[in-house]
Amino acid sequence: MTFINYASREINCKIVYYGPGLCGKTTNLQWIYDKTNPGAKGKLISLATETDRTLFFDFLPLELGTVRGFKTRFHLYTVPGQVFYDASRKLILKGVDGVLFVADSQVERMDANVESIENLMINLKTQGYDLMSIPYVLQLNKRDLPNVATVGEMTRLLKKKEEPVIEAVAPKGVGVFETLKAVAKLVLSELTKAG
Amino acid sequence: MAAPDIVMYEEEFNQIKTIISKLRVDANAKVVFLVDKNGQQIAAHGEIENLDTTSLASLTAGNVAATDGLARLIGEKEFSILFHEGEKDNIHISIVAQRVILVVIFDERSSLGLVRLRVKKASQELNDVFARIMAKVEREKATAGAAFESPFAEITDEDIDSLFSE
Repeated sequence: MTFINYASREINCKIVYYGPGLCGKTTNLQWIYDKTNPGAKGKLISLATETDRTLFFDFLPLELGTVRGFKTRFHLYTVPGQVFYDASRKLILKGVDGVLFVADSQVERMDANVESIENLMINLKTQGYDLMSIPYVLQLNKRDLPNVATVGEMTRLLKKKEEPVIEAVAPKGVGVFETLKAVAKLVLSELTKAG
Repeated sequence: MAAPDIVMYEEEFNQIKTIISKLRVDANAKVVFLVDKNGQQIAAHGEIENLDTTSLASLTAGNVAATDGLARLIGEKEFSILFHEGEKDNIHISIVAQRVILVVIFDERSSLGLVRLRVKKASQELNDVFARIMAKVEREKATAGAAFESPFAEITDEDIDSLFSE
């Protein structure tokens, strides 16, 4: 649910990073936070446990500049990936404009990826959305690890529609901005169809 | 889509600003602000210079969402009022028109009773404004049909690329 404010000429969009536990959602956000200039970002809020596992969500507001005279702001959220936090994940999808799925490329995490995408589809449905029609991008993270599945195999297992698929190494920033840009593009072009 | 987009027009925005600034004075509060349930800040008034209002908005929405979840678990529709008491400052959170969150921050110069009383009155006024906004959006969509005028109808790839060009 995009929020358009004609009075202050602002547009705010909500992007959610989804994926299984330890796939690198928070790492994606951390990289974006570290690499954007201070004027363009707000505080990175992390509601995490003492061991740095996301408990409720991470939140990063980003100001990207102006499109057609409107100040464009993206609010980036991550969900807690661990299976038992499902109730929290549902809440964060409320009012989402675009979803970015971060998949863990390690062979042994493939089941977790599949399960998490299934979970995403179910949770989107409970909020009244459909993965097939919402702006959506698939990121294959951790490509630098030794035991990764091939891109072909992961695409076969995880790709749901014509979504962009982007390879990434989040701690080094590879593919992080590319993924964000891909989803931002889809969200903004969705607005051109508004009506 | 689950719910229609909120579109804020100048006229209603000014009415909202008037209502919340009046509420701040009437309730003797430090800050009054309005957030939508997704965590987008709509308007703020009061001592906000040293306040990170963006984070406040997102955390408030998270808080309300979690509390809504709790309510449903025990068979309630919602908890319409949340109150957090601190040593000096307190936060009073209430839900207006089922979709926006009204937050009042106050200290010992005011009291919970006063805040509740004033919030109740302001809520009714805000309800009316939001009903008008929704009606307006519906009307515009109906009259303009598929050609509902979006300021983004002509966004190009270059526009989007330029956002990321730093």
